[in-house]
Amino acid sequence: MTKPIENAVVKSFIDLYIANMELITEGVSMTVNNARADAIEDFLLNGIPNTKYEKYKYTDIHALFAKDYEKYFASQNISVAQADLFRCDVPNLNAHLAMVVNGFYFGEPLTVLPNGAVFGSFAAASKSYPELFEKYYNKAADNAGEGLTALNTAFAQDGFFVYVPKGVILDKPIQVVNVLVSNEDIMVQPRNLFIVEDNAEAKMAICDHTLSTNGFLSNSVTEVFLGKNAGAEVVKVQNENNQSANISNVYAVQEALSRYNANAVTLHGGLVRNNVTVNLNGEASENKLTGLYLVDKDQHVDSRTVVNHNVPRCLSNQLYKGVLDDNGVAAFNGMVYVAKDAQKTEAFQTNRTLQLTDEAKIYTKPQLEIYADDVKCSHGATVGQPDTDQLFYMQARGIGEREAKLLQMFGFAHEVIQHIGIEPLRDRIDDLVNKRLRGELSRCNVCEMHCM
Amino acid sequence: MHSTKIKTMLSIKNLHANINGKEILKGINLEVKPGEVHAIMGPNGSGKSTLASVLAGKELFEVTEGEVLFEGKDLLDLSPEDRSREGVFLGFQYPVEIPGVSMTNFMRAAVNAHREYKGIAPLSASDFLRMMREKSQIVEIDAKLTNRSVNEGFSGGEKKRNEIFQMAMLEPKLSILDETDSGLDIDALRIVATGVNKLKRPDNTTIVITHYQRLLDYIVPDFVHVLYNGRIIKSAGKELALELEEKGYDWLKNGEY
Repeated sequence: MTKPIENAVVKSFIDLYIANMELITEGVSMTVNNARADAIEDFLLNGIPNTKYEKYKYTDIHALFAKDYEKYFASQNISVAQADLFRCDVPNLNAHLAMVVNGFYFGEPLTVLPNGAVFGSFAAASKSYPELFEKYYNKAADNAGEGLTALNTAFAQDGFFVYVPKGVILDKPIQVVNVLVSNEDIMVQPRNLFIVEDNAEAKMAICDHTLSTNGFLSNSVTEVFLGKNAGAEVVKVQNENNQSANISNVYAVQEALSRYNANAVTLHGGLVRNNVTVNLNGEASENKLTGLYLVDKDQHVDSRTVVNHNVPRCLSNQLYKGVLDDNGVAAFNGMVYVAKDAQKTEAFQTNRTLQLTDEAKIYTKPQLEIYADDVKCSHGATVGQPDTDQLFYMQARGIGEREAKLLQMFGFAHEVIQHIGIEPLRDRIDDLVNKRLRGELSRCNVCEMHCM
Repeated sequence: MHSTKIKTMLSIKNLHANINGKEILKGINLEVKPGEVHAIMGPNGSGKSTLASVLAGKELFEVTEGEVLFEGKDLLDLSPEDRSREGVFLGFQYPVEIPGVSMTNFMRAAVNAHREYKGIAPLSASDFLRMMREKSQIVEIDAKLTNRSVNEGFSGGEKKRNEIFQMAMLEPKLSILDETDSGLDIDALRIVATGVNKLKRPDNTTIVITHYQRLLDYIVPDFVHVLYNGRIIKSAGKELALELEEKGYDWLKNGEY
């Protein structure tokens, strides 16, 4: 697209950008601010994707951005009791805890661990670690190709930052609780940056929550960089209210021999769009993307993955599974791209959906694009109803029909959950998914919020 | 109710069943009393597995005529799960894999459903695990199998042993073992048969469905029935199995037509 998109929604964001320039640029480093001018230009060129746009064919987000959300360009004085942090607790998960409220980091801006690892506020980090931002910030995000990413880059103010220096292995996971809480409908655009340097290792658990029943629109961008032989696991649990929309854009870049596992579990949320783009830039790097979506009522969950095998001998694995009930809609669009010289690539991609009603809809499109000639790749998708042989087998053992169906769905979901490497979190998610499938999940543990 | 009926555990009278409009069972009659072992033999396609499935309540089959009483209750009126809870067990010819559901979760759901039906409180986690351990020894099943998903990646022998393990866990009154010997080597066959014999009690009953005499060397039947073309065409003592092994089924078929 070369022609600027002239429409009211795009124009309103440009106006907003210009009107709030001082506030937006406050609190972050030059590197972050210097990226804005190009980004707003990119946004103007790309606009907000509508359903005519292939990548957003099944998810109409344009209408969302036209809605009248409040936008704040400074952290509001919302009192989030420290106790709220523990409302998202995971029994036996010993983790470094961090919190982001309405897109702004909450609490001590930066925590430096004895081993040199740092986590905390994106804004604070941009000022304290200018050389890291110079090297990494906005290097993976595709502003030129994705209007929403460009929009985030133009408005980026705060979010979450993790830095694990060379050779450092984090002693315990970092748990980030992303909380949305307000008494009005608001839009937020968190910007996150994770840097795991050569031979370093980190695990992260990210929980997306809404703590009030307002409609929220979140358009986040996360850049992940893995150095040579680095390892990272990121588990994301999305449990937001059904009036909310969550659009996340993750861009990961992997150097040689690195290992990146990302798991997204969508328990609740009105409209969820998870975009993941991975660039395997170093030989023999490994990537695993897994996703689980439990969709009922009028929920809509859309997963889009792009895995680029740019160099030889990398391995990528994708497993996305979902259970669809009521009028739920899900979409999966996965692309594995194997460059001409990326010989000995191994790439596997699977999408499986259990469809419980005739009204539920799934659009699935697993894609492979291969330009090398010595590769091992597969892709596939299945959509099915509950397996009657399995149900009869369970009933023949005395398990009631409803319980048998639940066990079957749980088993179906567990195949994704079992890939989670953080054990207490895996158990917790098993438990949450079990409750969710039973219709008992209106809250996480002791949280007061009814996410249904 | 007649006193003879109380003594009978399972009474099948003139049972007819269809699949997709095709009649498979054409009037089965069978009486089984507590403590007995019955073998049902017969050539392929005679209706042996259909009989087992109909007794367990598989919906695929439509019963068009006849009745089945289990301890005086109308079995055909019960859901598959209630038949199990009443004490009917089907050992599957092809045990089903359930990915993602561990044997432990599966068996705990089953055992506690049985207990709830009987009005007994669910087993505590530790009592349940102890029970799993004890019963797994009966069929020499590796304790590790109980941590895996139900039947997933099990060898043929492991699947069949797992059926007998489940039988041990649920302590049924009536066990119908549908070709439990198929696909087993001689060692696995012996282990499975030994398991069945260990579970034998004066008040429970086993119906063994098999093609071959081989299994009956280990599980010795009181009665042998030949099922052919949807009917039991001959019933006799255990010596009939040997005779069938020697002469095949043709001499009986010829008698029928």
